[in-house]
Amino acid sequence: MGDRRYRAAPPEALRVEPLGQLTAIFDRRSVQTHLVVTPMPEILAAMGAEPCDAEMLAARLAADFDLEGEGDVCAIVAERLRELAELGLVTPA
Amino acid sequence: MRHSTRIAVGPVQFRVGSDWAEPIAALDRLYANYSKHEDRPADATVRLFAARPWRRWLRPSVHIGGDYVVPDALPLPLSMGLLAAEMGMNLQVALGWRRHLLLHASAVAKGARAVILSGASGSGKSTLAALLGEGDWRLMGDEFTLLAPESGEAFAFPRAVSLKNEAIAELASRVDPARLGPLLAGTPKGDIRHLVPCAEAIDRMDEAARPSLLLFPRFGGDAAVEPMGEGEAFVRLTEASTNYIALGEAGFDALTRLVREVPAFAIAYPDSASGMALVEQLWAEAAR
Repeated sequence: MGDRRYRAAPPEALRVEPLGQLTAIFDRRSVQTHLVVTPMPEILAAMGAEPCDAEMLAARLAADFDLEGEGDVCAIVAERLRELAELGLVTPA
Repeated sequence: MRHSTRIAVGPVQFRVGSDWAEPIAALDRLYANYSKHEDRPADATVRLFAARPWRRWLRPSVHIGGDYVVPDALPLPLSMGLLAAEMGMNLQVALGWRRHLLLHASAVAKGARAVILSGASGSGKSTLAALLGEGDWRLMGDEFTLLAPESGEAFAFPRAVSLKNEAIAELASRVDPARLGPLLAGTPKGDIRHLVPCAEAIDRMDEAARPSLLLFPRFGGDAAVEPMGEGEAFVRLTEASTNYIALGEAGFDALTRLVREVPAFAIAYPDSASGMALVEQLWAEAAR
């Protein structure tokens, strides 16, 4: 499932506000507030406009963050992407 | 409605109608010093009505209604008409108000700055605010605080303070008995007695204040202060708001701004004196 591709929400759809340990995300489309923790905001920020899969995202995140010792980053990102899709914050492409 | 009155509490203009004279007379006594603004349209209407016409005389029982009706609102006996009217006023504001983000929180102010105390029933926020309001603080409200989405300012909602159980004796010993309403014994929330806020709280109810300290009190246990992160304060305040979802992005803006700008603490206290001392201490530190 790691190769499933997802598309980020259009930039104007979400308000992403870091609040200390939590990040509050307001989705203008659903008028819902989501509270998430790392690495959700980082994954969303790394997505860009084009559809991407967990492997691509893991590579982008590894370029920005020290992920050594974090385990199977690709599998973790794939799982988090599924959760973000359940929240409606990303959509399967 | 056979009997009615108008009451202005902060920015909210209430019209209260009743099938009976008693609750209206009790409200008029409690809110005698508040403006009436008969010329302005009412923002919220509360109706106290008999279930069936003949019940008005047979087994008087007050149902609460209004612009928004909560289906499971229990009918109360007529002797509780004042409580029903107060509950109705709270309900109409909690469910219907859209101009401000409504926090289920008490607030007190010094000058143009306010402390907001947010907590569930039994946290003691109402008693703490009432006691501070008898000192050199201006009571902004014991139940609701209104937050303007654009400016982030807090607006007062100083309805009559609803003193419950032990708080009745604690306040009754300090205030002029003329400021106390009738004792409503054995209500669903225990004994209740209303306290008319100090003249200053009523006269200055339209003055906004800048939130400067956010406290989450808990009555019981040793005195303790725990700084609270922005995220936790945000979560707690979304839970404490009755109209956060209805306000949409404006509510999101108001709350993110509040938790970022204002220091927040959870406090525990064993008695009112320690609670008040903690508020004063944290206020002094926040002012530095």
